[in-house]
Amino acid sequence: MPKRTDIESILIVGSGPIVIGQACEFDYSGTQACKVLRQEGYKVILVNSNPATIMTDPDLSDKTYIEPLDLQTVQAIIEREHPDALLPTLGGQTALNLAMQLDGSGVLEANGVQLIGASVDAISTAEDRERFKEAMLEIGLVVPAADFAHNLEEAESIALSIGFPVMVRPSYVLGGAGTGTAADMDQFRRRAAEGLASSPVHTILVERSIAGWKEYELELMRDNNDNCVVVCSIENMDPMGVHTGDSITVAPAQTLSDWEYQQMRDDAFACIRRVGVETGGSNVQFAVNPEDGSRMIIEMNPRVSRSSALASKATGFPIAKIAAKLAVGYRLDEIPNDITSKTPACFEPVIDYVVTKIPRWAFEKLPGAPEQLGTRMQSVGEIMAIGRTFPESLQKAIRSLEKGHAGLNCDTNERIYDDISNDQLLSLLSEPTPDRVFHLELAIRRGIPADEIVRRSRVDSWFVKQIELIVLARKAMEHMRESGSGIDFIGKEGWLYLKKLGFSDLQVAYAFGITEQEATGARLACGAYPSYSAVDTCAGEFAASTPYLYSSYERSGDLPPSGKDRVIILGSGPNRIGQGVEFDYCCVHAVLSLRDAGYETIMVNCNPETVSTDYDTADRLYFEPLTYEDVENIIREEQGYDSDTSKLLGVIVSLGGQTPLKLASRISSDLILGTDPGSIETAEDRGLWSELLKKLDILQPLGGMATSSKEALDIADEIGYPVLVRPSYVLGGRAMEIVYDTDRLREAVDEMQSVLTREGAAEEERPVLVDKFLEDAVEIDVDAIRDATGDTYIGGIMEHVEEAGVHSGDSACAIPPPTLDEGIVSLLRSHTSRIADALEVVGLINIQYAVKDSDVYVIEANPRASRTVPFVSKATGVPLAKIAARVMLGSTLSELKEEGLFHPAVPSGHFSVKEAVLPFSRFPDVDSLLGPEMRSTGEVMGVSNSFGIAFVKSQLGANGKLPAPGAVFMSLADRDKQVSTGIASTLIELGFSIAATAGTAKYLEENGIFVGIRVGKVTGSDDAEDGIFGSPSAAVDARVGLSGCPDLEFDDDHRLPSAVDLISAGRIQLVINTPRGRGPRADGQYIRNAATAAQIPCITTIAAARALAAGLREWYNSSYSVTSLQELYEGH
Amino acid sequence: MKLSFVDALLLNEQSERLRNAAKLVLATGEVFSGYSAGSLAMRYSNQGGSQEGVVITGEIVFNTTMAGYQEVITDPSYTGQIVMFTYPHIGNYGINSKDYESSKPWLRGIVTRSLENRTSSWRAEDTLESWLIQYDIPAITGIDTRRLTVCIREQGAVGCAFGTAPESILLEAAQREPGTTGADLTGIVTTDTVYNIGDPGNNYRIVAYDFGIKRSMLNYLKQFARVSVVPATFSADDALSLNPDIVFLSNGPGDPAALDIQAGIVSDLIGRVPIFGICLGHQILARAIGAATYKLPFGHHGGNHPVKRMATGRVEVTSQNHNYAVSGSSLESCGAKVTHVNLNDGVVEGMRVDSARIESVQYHPESSPGPHDSFYLFESLKELSR
Repeated sequence: MPKRTDIESILIVGSGPIVIGQACEFDYSGTQACKVLRQEGYKVILVNSNPATIMTDPDLSDKTYIEPLDLQTVQAIIEREHPDALLPTLGGQTALNLAMQLDGSGVLEANGVQLIGASVDAISTAEDRERFKEAMLEIGLVVPAADFAHNLEEAESIALSIGFPVMVRPSYVLGGAGTGTAADMDQFRRRAAEGLASSPVHTILVERSIAGWKEYELELMRDNNDNCVVVCSIENMDPMGVHTGDSITVAPAQTLSDWEYQQMRDDAFACIRRVGVETGGSNVQFAVNPEDGSRMIIEMNPRVSRSSALASKATGFPIAKIAAKLAVGYRLDEIPNDITSKTPACFEPVIDYVVTKIPRWAFEKLPGAPEQLGTRMQSVGEIMAIGRTFPESLQKAIRSLEKGHAGLNCDTNERIYDDISNDQLLSLLSEPTPDRVFHLELAIRRGIPADEIVRRSRVDSWFVKQIELIVLARKAMEHMRESGSGIDFIGKEGWLYLKKLGFSDLQVAYAFGITEQEATGARLACGAYPSYSAVDTCAGEFAASTPYLYSSYERSGDLPPSGKDRVIILGSGPNRIGQGVEFDYCCVHAVLSLRDAGYETIMVNCNPETVSTDYDTADRLYFEPLTYEDVENIIREEQGYDSDTSKLLGVIVSLGGQTPLKLASRISSDLILGTDPGSIETAEDRGLWSELLKKLDILQPLGGMATSSKEALDIADEIGYPVLVRPSYVLGGRAMEIVYDTDRLREAVDEMQSVLTREGAAEEERPVLVDKFLEDAVEIDVDAIRDATGDTYIGGIMEHVEEAGVHSGDSACAIPPPTLDEGIVSLLRSHTSRIADALEVVGLINIQYAVKDSDVYVIEANPRASRTVPFVSKATGVPLAKIAARVMLGSTLSELKEEGLFHPAVPSGHFSVKEAVLPFSRFPDVDSLLGPEMRSTGEVMGVSNSFGIAFVKSQLGANGKLPAPGAVFMSLADRDKQVSTGIASTLIELGFSIAATAGTAKYLEENGIFVGIRVGKVTGSDDAEDGIFGSPSAAVDARVGLSGCPDLEFDDDHRLPSAVDLISAGRIQLVINTPRGRGPRADGQYIRNAATAAQIPCITTIAAARALAAGLREWYNSSYSVTSLQELYEGH
Repeated sequence: MKLSFVDALLLNEQSERLRNAAKLVLATGEVFSGYSAGSLAMRYSNQGGSQEGVVITGEIVFNTTMAGYQEVITDPSYTGQIVMFTYPHIGNYGINSKDYESSKPWLRGIVTRSLENRTSSWRAEDTLESWLIQYDIPAITGIDTRRLTVCIREQGAVGCAFGTAPESILLEAAQREPGTTGADLTGIVTTDTVYNIGDPGNNYRIVAYDFGIKRSMLNYLKQFARVSVVPATFSADDALSLNPDIVFLSNGPGDPAALDIQAGIVSDLIGRVPIFGICLGHQILARAIGAATYKLPFGHHGGNHPVKRMATGRVEVTSQNHNYAVSGSSLESCGAKVTHVNLNDGVVEGMRVDSARIESVQYHPESSPGPHDSFYLFESLKELSR
């Protein structure tokens, strides 16, 4: 059946900010959907709050709304745009939940909008665990013994009847939030309470735990003619008990016989048919008992998911694109397979390689979070690797992680496992942690029998035995070395054998005690180098027409380039805190812009979630680890195609964040496009940088460079505390800290050096910077582009809402700067141009400034793309990364202006506010206090003609809701108290009542603010921000103030309920808690953690509190309006 | 003593295979290096490791199924062929007593990227390699199967030789390999005698011609019928004397164009009894009504081929294993209707002559290995005889 003609316009809902469990895979899927539906002639209306996405590029949709993803906002958009249909299956759980809300509240019906892609009934059958279970039993599938509880009592009786261990799963949640296993009643009560709280429908499933069973996932497509196909089967190396998003997973399934696999396939089809997903992609998860093959169905997602992105990248089958086409009426057999261009999409891909996905976690950024994996997802990103065999794929995957591993051990990093005793190792094997795969290797190497390893880890013995091959090869290298046979004795056959097991040159170098360079030299001398095969969906049965390539040490080269001049763009690798989708956005923009300009673009990346690794983004895609060896191999391969008429022009290293930049110094300098790597060194090198600023007569905070804690202390003594300490070569504020005293400074410097060693940075000395910290300064970010002729374009000047000291990535910021006067702005402009000139930047530069008492200090400059490039581009309409890519290839800004690349700048009067989105709800034990260490995973943007409203929209986008009028709990540092009265009176005016601890309450009351609720300390210590509050009359006040919560009990000492008590009891709707400097702050942390657990907004800086109060006042006093980017840019 | 890497690896017995280098050569001259596997090493040492070495020849085809190697290896349709698996790890879940498609392997040899003795499955009773040795099936592993696939894709199912013999001898052997073209191979695999399976009390009766029948076909048929399995050249009158409700023509190896006798028998049956054919049975049936068959460049061997059922427009993902196909235009001129078409390349996958009550499909509704999308054809078989 051809496409539907009864609908003309389609609203696509994106997934909002990057959070744990929902990352840029939905940018990838949404981008595909926008592209394909527009090609089909539909009017596409997009809403997504995340500016750092390709899907929110204004040229991908007819109307692009960067607005919060809440009911009210999307309703406003629907009422404005009158779409015929809503496609909710490509924006993750966020879009699905929103679609259900829009339906439930009657908005869809009232506006005549039909849901396409999935029906309300199908969504609720799949998402509501109770209905899902019934549906599956009805069609004869087996589900784990379980029952639903709507309160704690019910939960307890179910748990008792099923028996421990049990698993708790809240209904309607994302990425397993609130999910957990409980081994006894105590643990269970805690899990159950959490689960009930995190489920929007206050329902949990209490089920038999099948931890240790094998876990599988099938990715399905179905069309309106009931054609069903399996796109990919995935087997988890980590058994049931670890969230699939936190598991090492492998495609295709490795340990199922066809007889078992086909039955699973039948079950999956029965499931999708019963749930009623009529068109599109779904995934179905199964658990299989390794003892007898019995199979249970665990869950299904009636939408495109993270696994579908992985399955698409693993097979070349574009699930999201095809799901979008199916949603508008096409059938699978009517859609061509783009990869072969000759066969239809109605088939099941087969592959002739093995794909391994490994998650990347950020525990180092989240002190207090135990490094333990479980049923709730904690990873912030992932990588994928393709190898001809599992060992090759696994080792490539591990080195893609950029965690200092050169492969599966056999590298300097493995020394951290040296001290583990065999007994410890055995118990570690049974604990799922990010290090488990390394422990597995170690256990094999130490001769622990495979059976024992399997028994402990429940990792299938097939994987364990495959890892054994890696160990055997490593031992052979050790034998060689012991026998005095150097690397030259490996021989070509030996090299190929090692390479086919995925060994990197670095690992071989480690085994022989030589340098990587020497190992590479020996390998090349043997003629052992890789060739590149196509990911072709069909195991070579048909010729591929799309150069989506991976390396192997075989000789099956596919698909040479076309004969145009070529440019390599190095991507940003796995998403992590500090380096996320923003950099992928920049890389994709470079590809688009260079393609338009007639170059053949070559993308190198290993992150399966991204748009950059879509087969139709770049002309050529190398899905490879971003290590020096792998990149150098690609450069060699591409240079091999150079001819008289076309050649490899160079490599862009400055758009993918720190990942490609770290490689820049080793890539031949005449191949580096844009700013010379020497300039990057100048900006990073403390001495050179200070000298340069002195020459330019530009201020910077006093400071110095230390290679030991003693040196650091000397510097701090000279410049005075507080000081900001940080490693000199970082991204995302790794290990950055504001230090107020000598003891902490000593500790901090020591810690930093050990972290740097772990990350493999120790080869070269990376000193620590110690700078005077400017308290209460306003922080500014500037993004600019300079061309080779010295012309500079200031892309955007962003004023941070939070004061300097909060990492710029965690801080809200606004364009244009709302409080800066014209003089400061012009100083920022001229400083930026002069610094860019001095560094001879060709391309992007980001400079951070601190403005204090009308002095402008430079904090740091980075001659590369920054995290803020997408935000600035969206706010101003000028695509900075596209322009920068062209500039790097020699165009001048004035030429590009003429070409029309600079859209007219957005008319004044609009404010764009970016807000960071933080992962604390996933990590209940981590303090949510903001600081110089970046912890946000994503961002949202709010747009309005008033700063206040734009700010409130950004809060709405970040949190999903605004603080409901009720009680606001305030506990403030002394320095913030002065400002607090204004905030408090604004909030009272808006209908909030004030709850405060003694000191804050006293101050507020002295200044005429009525404090309705007095709050006690959390801990018995005297270290709360406020003094002790204990007068009997105040206790009475408190009881009066708490008349609305009779269930709170007061202890015998007339102790006041603490903030934690009140928050946990649901009596507080907003927390404003600013800590004084550094020091013991136990109370504050308990309060913030309670707020996180109760999912209420918690503001930790006074500046943000002020902006919110002012914004809310405007918000409640004005009518709600939404604006599309297209209108914004056209100046309507 | 200085050690090379391979020497060092060989210090561990688990790496033993590396001692036994072998080569695979195509008639077109391409050479691939690998290691002896299956019974190849044993044959070599039985022969005293002589200079001439062992030579295994056959027509090479590739199969793209990612699991189901045991069913493939025991499928009689591969008689005379060397099967190369495109999926790199073969043997992961071992061998069990349930997944046989016939009593033993019939093919000449197998080629893999990585033949796994490291198995894991609750179903496994043996490893693939020791089982291959038991049945004396030679194999070669460590082969760059992707490059080999591309060679076969570009040159067709060519003659192939592998073994421990020198390259030149292998090349000569590969070039001498006649392949399956023009070969009647059904005699090798068919039953010698008539045998019955299924409930003896069942009134519904099928006569199944065994051209190399797969066990799973019989397993389906016997669920609803008493089945008499008869030799490939069992005469029409003898077949009819068994009073079948329907005659079933099985799969099997070789070139249908060489099967004049079988086509003649089927032609005698047409009009006197409903007939249902699968794979080679489909081709023989087509020949019996006067249609032509031809050889595909490299055949269809896998579990992912999309086939459109013309009557409903629905697409089945099918299990396929055929080197030859029926010409669509010749079918039309014989009054047959094309009922199923392969969406990848338009090859005829099914046909029907309503008036004669005959129907057949080129692919494998019994799957094994492969998807179960086409089970309905067994229902359609029953209907044909109503």
